[in-house]
Amino acid sequence: MAVTGTERPAETMSETGTLSVEVWRGRDDGRFQSFTVPHRANQTVLDIVTWIQRHAEPALAYRFACRVGVCGSCAMTVNGKPRWTCRTHVGKVAVDGHLRIEPLRNLPRLKDLAVDMTPFFEKWQAAEGRFHPTKTRRDPLSTISPSSPKRQAADAGIECINCGVCHAACDVVAWNDDYLGPAALNRAWTLVNDERDGGKRTVLDAVSQGGGCHSCHSHGSCVEHCPVGLNPTRGIAGLKRMTLVGLLSGDAG
Amino acid sequence: MRLRPARNHPGFWAFAAHRVSGVALALFLPVHFLLLGTALDGAAGLDSALALTENPLVKIAEWGLVVLLTAHLMAGLRVLVLEFLPWRDSMKRLIALGAAVAAVVGVIFLVQVG
Repeated sequence: MAVTGTERPAETMSETGTLSVEVWRGRDDGRFQSFTVPHRANQTVLDIVTWIQRHAEPALAYRFACRVGVCGSCAMTVNGKPRWTCRTHVGKVAVDGHLRIEPLRNLPRLKDLAVDMTPFFEKWQAAEGRFHPTKTRRDPLSTISPSSPKRQAADAGIECINCGVCHAACDVVAWNDDYLGPAALNRAWTLVNDERDGGKRTVLDAVSQGGGCHSCHSHGSCVEHCPVGLNPTRGIAGLKRMTLVGLLSGDAG
Repeated sequence: MRLRPARNHPGFWAFAAHRVSGVALALFLPVHFLLLGTALDGAAGLDSALALTENPLVKIAEWGLVVLLTAHLMAGLRVLVLEFLPWRDSMKRLIALGAAVAAVVGVIFLVQVG
């Protein structure tokens, strides 16, 4: 039966059994704590964590803000995979009514499900992942054709929400402390394709150092797990090509 | 507590095949040179070394060598395609194709030898 207007199927709001949920408590030397949580239709993993904090364990620490997949705050490890919890339906990830929720991998743990994102954003800056302006407010706006290949390449990577899922999924981030990571390199790729950015050379220098784009092993775990469907591996391959061309043409320092 | 990484996807398996075959082939290389080196003292030395290849165990090892070489070649081609050609969304199909080529070469070797 089609559902129209504000009418909703009765089962949407009713409980459909319970879930057994294991949640990581503490910092590095912590333990899993088990909770039994009512299972509802269309429930997200973030709903589960919020239910636990409100009804079972008020001291549970976690991070969220927008609840609609825009702010990138609520990423956690759910049944072994890094995910944005606010847009992850329990029905799609629970195995036999069971969920195991842990903090993100590859970032320092603070408490329970919250990690310190500082290294993630420091690497973003180390990759020169910020706009380098060339004009003042008195100059006319740049005219960029949305259909130009460079703008399309930049657009393909621009929707990153900084959630850290790719950083947590990446093996090279785990193996090499200096590696800038897929998110920072993806941002660098959008900048070198942005015709308004004046720092192309600076960005290419930053991403071709040790721990830069050439450290990527092209596993593609970032692509597999990116919740908004970006392809950092593609951008990193582009940076590898661009820095190599720069080296061969004597353009890179 | 360390978290296990989520790696079960074709890109990771292509990397793993490349790395494992690379290390195994690097370990084999000294044996290969040793074998070739026996020819320096005349044909007889090389011939007696080559006679070892009639041993069934060595035959199996040879089959492994052929499969490893093909897998390594295919995984290397993947890296070159990924890094030097424009991006293609069929990358996973290419990985499957490379694995299929390695398997077919392995079967051909078995048929030829058997």
